[in-house]
Amino acid sequence: MKARRIGAIGYQALAMFLAVVAIVPFLWMVSTSLKSSGALLALPIEWIPKNPTLDAYRRLFAVSGMPRSAMNSIIVTASAVVLTLASASMAAFALAKIEFKGRNAVFMLFVASMMIPTQVTFIPLYLIMNDLSLVNSLAALIVPYAFKAFAIFMLRQQMMNIPDAYLDAASIDGASLGRSFFSIMLPMCRTSLVTLAIITCMEAWNDYLLPLVLMTDSRNFTLTIILNSLSGQFKTNYDLLMAGSLISILPLLLVYVVAQKYFASGLQVGGIKG
Amino acid sequence: MSASGRKGVKAAIPFLLPSLIGALLFSVLPILVSLFLSITNWTGMSPVSLTRGFFQFVGKHFVGLENFKAILSDSEFYKVLSHNLYFIVLYLPSMLLVSMACALIINSPRKTANVYRVLYYIPVLTSWVAGALIWKWLLSPTYGPINNVLALLGIEGPMWLQSEAWAMPSIVIASVWKDMGFYAMIILGGLKSIGVEYYEAANIDGAGKTQCFFRITLPLLSSVLFYVIMLSLINAFQLFPQVMVMTRDGNAGPNGATMVMVERIYKYAFKYGKMGYAAAYSWLLFAVIMIFTVIQKKGEKKWVNYES
Repeated sequence: MKARRIGAIGYQALAMFLAVVAIVPFLWMVSTSLKSSGALLALPIEWIPKNPTLDAYRRLFAVSGMPRSAMNSIIVTASAVVLTLASASMAAFALAKIEFKGRNAVFMLFVASMMIPTQVTFIPLYLIMNDLSLVNSLAALIVPYAFKAFAIFMLRQQMMNIPDAYLDAASIDGASLGRSFFSIMLPMCRTSLVTLAIITCMEAWNDYLLPLVLMTDSRNFTLTIILNSLSGQFKTNYDLLMAGSLISILPLLLVYVVAQKYFASGLQVGGIKG
Repeated sequence: MSASGRKGVKAAIPFLLPSLIGALLFSVLPILVSLFLSITNWTGMSPVSLTRGFFQFVGKHFVGLENFKAILSDSEFYKVLSHNLYFIVLYLPSMLLVSMACALIINSPRKTANVYRVLYYIPVLTSWVAGALIWKWLLSPTYGPINNVLALLGIEGPMWLQSEAWAMPSIVIASVWKDMGFYAMIILGGLKSIGVEYYEAANIDGAGKTQCFFRITLPLLSSVLFYVIMLSLINAFQLFPQVMVMTRDGNAGPNGATMVMVERIYKYAFKYGKMGYAAAYSWLLFAVIMIFTVIQKKGEKKWVNYES
């Protein structure tokens, strides 16, 4: 009995410690963002600001392009999610349920493409976008989501588990292939689609390398990139930088709270970033 | 099967088209172009188009394997590589330990486990730019909370990101914080798949908790751990945004202490105007990752158990 109680205490202690490690940086971020410039460098530290102010947020949104880049991030993320879901579910359907010559070849092509890291492709990607006249346009950040090998695998896996009988029955009733795809396959893959939407949402919202390279005009900055450039500009104005960080984290946090059960299952299926 | 018309290329093409175009344009083509660029001395200044005279362009700037030779004979490459390895040596064991602890905590039947599951995952959601800024401020030598708390304990904290010796460990700390929830979730998947019957049998035999952990949990988890190590190693070689944000002053950290491969590739390409050189560098990164992956694959049989 005694050993059991020690075990319980040890569990809670370790669990709490790790929770503190995970969360305290965010509390520090919130606390800093509410400080006046004077309190920022006060010693001893004001853990909870004595005179909390929203001044940092006011100054943040006064920075030119800030509201615009928030809008840009929303546009890019929403489009990326729609494009990934549409394109990947279609490809997964073809690979799982349509028999055609070269199916294996296409599949292998998709597998092989996952082996090459983004660092190899980002310089040529810049050239390709340049040729397509997409450098400095939000579309350049969106179109690459037309092909996400990981998304195709995940959905293909799910569709393989759906018996062919559903499709055959629909076809006997005169449904076209497209119709069966929309009204049978997609609804049956609901859970995977939601999980995938969330993974893509995270990836697009937090993307760094591609927007850093492709968006050279500050009008087209996304939130991560404007934050990056602010950190060079306002080196030690941490009240402002923490306010910006908070703004960039908040939307994903809301999505997470609403849909957190899908986050976990998505990771267990894939365990792959990007 | 044929009744439903699910046969033939004609039926498949409309569904495959968006992904195929995407794959060719944004994956296959960039790989080929990158190979060509890596054998040129293109600076990024002269305009180049893939559709108009790309091969003439490659011919004009052709330098053969000079870029690869130049990189491999530059001592900077080995310094940079050693920084990557140093990061991995510090990061991998701490990350494994912490995310294992997180996974075990989340896996407990206690009611509070669900709360911890949510909390541990929040750093994963955060963009690296925001996370890195937070840590930069946490580690600020004079005004940051970490050194101030250490001072309360009578310890004089280091200069963290501003010190050559502590810059990389600082980045490791932030990275473990950011990634622990991510890998914990994968390990959790492995823990959940271990059958209860193993523990029941052990219980009957009178095995304690520690024994159960080392004799049952760890061996049965080895395939998941292998996957985690493989994945985290690949990701670790690609470390970049945290370095860009946390040690943006100077070259990359004090005396270049946090110069790492992707940071070099980015800077050679877009700051120093050496596109061809950067492209070659990116293939060397790929080679390094491949070598480490193959070595791990070889070692797999030695310690990984697969349920037969």
